[in-house]
Amino acid sequence: MSISGTRVLRVEDHQLITTGGTYVEDLREDALTGAVHAMFLRSPIAHARITSVDVSEALTAPGVVAVYTAADIDLAAGSAGPVGQPWLADGVVRYVGEPVALVLAEHPYQLADAAELIDIDYEPLTAVASIDAALAGETLLFPDTGSNVMQARGEFDETAFDGCEVVLTRTIVNQRVAPAPLEVRGAACAWDANGRLTIWLSTQNAQIARTIVAGGLGVGEDSVRVVTPDVGGGFGAKIGADPEAVVLGWAARRVERPVRWTETRSENLTSMTHGRAQQNTVTIGGRRDGTVQAFRLDVVQDAGAYPRAMFLPTLTELMASGVYHFPKVEAASRAVVTNTTPIAPYRGAGRPEATAAIERAMDLFAAEIGMDPAEVRRVNFVRPEEFPYETPTGAVYDTGEYAGALERVLEAGGYQELRAEQARRREGGDPVALGLGIATYVEITGGDAGGESGRVDINPDGSVTAYTGSSPHGQGLDTSLAMLLSDRLGIPMDRITVRHGDTDEVPKGIGTFGSRSLQLGGSAVRQAADQVIDRARELVADLLEAAPQDLELNVEHGAWQVRGAPSSGSVTWAQLAGQAGAGTLSADVWFGDGAPTFPFGAHLAVVEVDTLTGKVELRRLIAADDAGPVVNPLAFRGQRHGGLGQGAAQALLEVMSYDPDGNPTTATLADYSFVTATELPDFELVDMETPTTRNLLGVKGIGEAATIGSTPAVHNAVVDAVAHLGVSHLDMPTTPLRVWQALAEARKAN
Amino acid sequence: MIPVQFGYRRASSVDEALALLAEHGDDAKLLAGGHSLLPLMKLRLAAPEVLVDIAPVEELHHVRIDGEDVVIGALARYHDLQGDEVLREHAPLLAHVAGVVGDQQVRHRGTIGGSIAHADPAADLPAAILASDAVLVARGQEGERRIPAADFFLGPFTTSLTPEELLTEIRVPRQTGLGWGFEKFTRRAIDWAIVGVAVSGKRVGLINMGGTPVRASAAEEALARGASVAEAAELAAEGTSPPDEPHATTEYRRHLARVLTARALETSAGSR
Repeated sequence: MSISGTRVLRVEDHQLITTGGTYVEDLREDALTGAVHAMFLRSPIAHARITSVDVSEALTAPGVVAVYTAADIDLAAGSAGPVGQPWLADGVVRYVGEPVALVLAEHPYQLADAAELIDIDYEPLTAVASIDAALAGETLLFPDTGSNVMQARGEFDETAFDGCEVVLTRTIVNQRVAPAPLEVRGAACAWDANGRLTIWLSTQNAQIARTIVAGGLGVGEDSVRVVTPDVGGGFGAKIGADPEAVVLGWAARRVERPVRWTETRSENLTSMTHGRAQQNTVTIGGRRDGTVQAFRLDVVQDAGAYPRAMFLPTLTELMASGVYHFPKVEAASRAVVTNTTPIAPYRGAGRPEATAAIERAMDLFAAEIGMDPAEVRRVNFVRPEEFPYETPTGAVYDTGEYAGALERVLEAGGYQELRAEQARRREGGDPVALGLGIATYVEITGGDAGGESGRVDINPDGSVTAYTGSSPHGQGLDTSLAMLLSDRLGIPMDRITVRHGDTDEVPKGIGTFGSRSLQLGGSAVRQAADQVIDRARELVADLLEAAPQDLELNVEHGAWQVRGAPSSGSVTWAQLAGQAGAGTLSADVWFGDGAPTFPFGAHLAVVEVDTLTGKVELRRLIAADDAGPVVNPLAFRGQRHGGLGQGAAQALLEVMSYDPDGNPTTATLADYSFVTATELPDFELVDMETPTTRNLLGVKGIGEAATIGSTPAVHNAVVDAVAHLGVSHLDMPTTPLRVWQALAEARKAN
Repeated sequence: MIPVQFGYRRASSVDEALALLAEHGDDAKLLAGGHSLLPLMKLRLAAPEVLVDIAPVEELHHVRIDGEDVVIGALARYHDLQGDEVLREHAPLLAHVAGVVGDQQVRHRGTIGGSIAHADPAADLPAAILASDAVLVARGQEGERRIPAADFFLGPFTTSLTPEELLTEIRVPRQTGLGWGFEKFTRRAIDWAIVGVAVSGKRVGLINMGGTPVRASAAEEALARGASVAEAAELAAEGTSPPDEPHATTEYRRHLARVLTARALETSAGSR
């Protein structure tokens, strides 16, 4: 019997919840003996010229080994050219939190005291603290470039909305949020006697980190080994390696000692990259029968102080029209720099922004023509028979059943009864208003077209070691891959070890981001297993003196036998591997033909809004998230739960804010409203499995999907709750103050 | 998140604590549960030279009846107060409020005396103490003095305790059978109150409506005149000067004070 599709406890969890994982800070490697500890002194000012630097007093502080500033760093500039972030701020600081100096000391407790003794004079410059300020262009972050606009794509057709009965335009803020992983960033570096660096790094992809670190240090990739111990969450912000990693490697070489670094929680909130940060103007036009004829999305991406991920607005453009078949769709984008923390991928990375924009636009359109938001969606969905469906912005959706997903959640939620309850409350003047929010979404996973590595070894004792270029850090992929291999090879899961995250063991790989791991990394190990099976068939044929095509692998017993004649003898994996010798039953593949897949779903959120205080309570969240066949329902549901919570949090609570001078005003977890279980309901999950044809497993990614659907569902629900009081839109997060102010304004307008 | 270097002294009795305070004066800070002080030190917003740890002091954990008063030891932790039978019967508002401070971790470490002496205007207990008409007992080398709660809070994080005094007890006139109500308005359950209202009988204490916890005097007077709950609640923000912050403006806080006072008074009326 196949174990895929059954609920299997994660093999990772026993250690994680008993003795705990081993994170970078926990490492007790011999190579790190005698390490010095590192701390980055960071800019307290958003935009300033550095007029003088004096580290002399800090150098005399107890335990201090070295203090370095930009003048000390003898590395070539990073790859991003004139607008790239310097290794340490050089002459100008451009955001609060930018690394300015590196302090090395014998003991971590000595670092903060020494850092306070570094004397840096800043001459403040005008801060560009918002997208509007960046576009105004009165102050430029990089005067040589002549503009704060770092990328501009696309243009609009003036006639796009000709012939529409209704045309609406609205600017929607997709606010900046902080990833705030449980494990903050950390690294440990040690050079060996042969001039080779080992860097233990909390990253989502060791191999890409190796490329970045080696490139930064100006050494060959074979001179750098990257190891990822347990990683406590990344959410996109731990893709690759941040400039700090290169500086630490450089410093370890300079002081000829190992170097260890762990940032603080507060440091993480302003110095790790942020996500989202778009300002999107939607224009939607159509007929009063609900047909949308044209949709326009104008994206402005706040890239932060140093542009790092210019593909984010491009992905938003690509996914502009969502699950709908609109005759005309046009999208354009600009990316601007501001004196804020740089923006990088964050769970969804460009797709949630597209979904939030189109799903708000659909509700605005529905409200304008007086149609139920569910009905407007039904009228415009891409129909099942249209797949593969190429959107006007160039995405080719593989498979989908968008209307089916919506109908399932509406039924599971009791949509009609909820609408009736809402009407009763409105008629009765209940101060606690009920709101229903729908979001239907499609997203793109494995969209980087990079492929993934997979290697499977049958060991002489019949156990399996699998190597993946994926880099699980909480997703449960070790379990999922072991399940796939167990089913394919007929070897029990407890005899299968999955290894990842050490570039010496897995030299090639892309890693874990963009919900790519199962569809690419899973397909790769599956392909490797198939090659091992082919090789084994040849060997068994010799042993049993049978034709290869007459042999079958009995996966119940993990043994080879002659098809139809089991009594004629069988060969177990252990027998076969023992005879074949180490390395014979091994396959190392690159699964590179995995085109992107397009998971989809529908979410229904139910909120209550206290109209006297503006407070929103999320009462229910009903979700269908279809990512094809499910390997491990436990891990699959876990990914959805996390995604639903994280997405709802953006709608309700989270925002990384700056004052007009570029000072972060939500720089600790006391001010940054991370969601907790208390604010979330039990999630109601609706199951649906529509396979893709684009990989060996038929699977799509689930890591980000639920985040993408839940934000607009909850957002729409809040607006829906107060729509009858004259509120047509609220920006996120829908805080009590914001809801109360919107209600007060609507009252005034009436 | 590493504090400035500091000295650490342990006190195992009140007398020992007082001796240490006398020795170090202004340079010392008392450490009880640490859930307010230690974060400030880690953020380097506070840098006391010496911490006098009074957690080992065994004598100040009690809740007992003394005549007409309930007497609470300053080192009693929220978690213990929340389930204390004596407190639940004779000062139910305080027992309830102790159960909604912070989160589980905070409630197992934080102490009632620590919260009151810290005097954060956004904290829950000080306003509840005010609404309970409590008297705070402070002991110094010279002896003991009793300070009415109304005279205790001087400003944000400032009280009438001298640097050499230790808050030892909270004496609460028995509120047995009195109606009470508590409303705490937060974004998340674990947050400090944006505004909060504590009602015990005819007294109304406000959280975060100024630099100190305050009584809603105008509302109380209206109630005393026989005004309705709605009429009294309309006056809840009179005479207050709540802070203006991006997530909660002054105007919004005044509005919340009125709405929450009405709700707390209604709960109070229903709880009798």
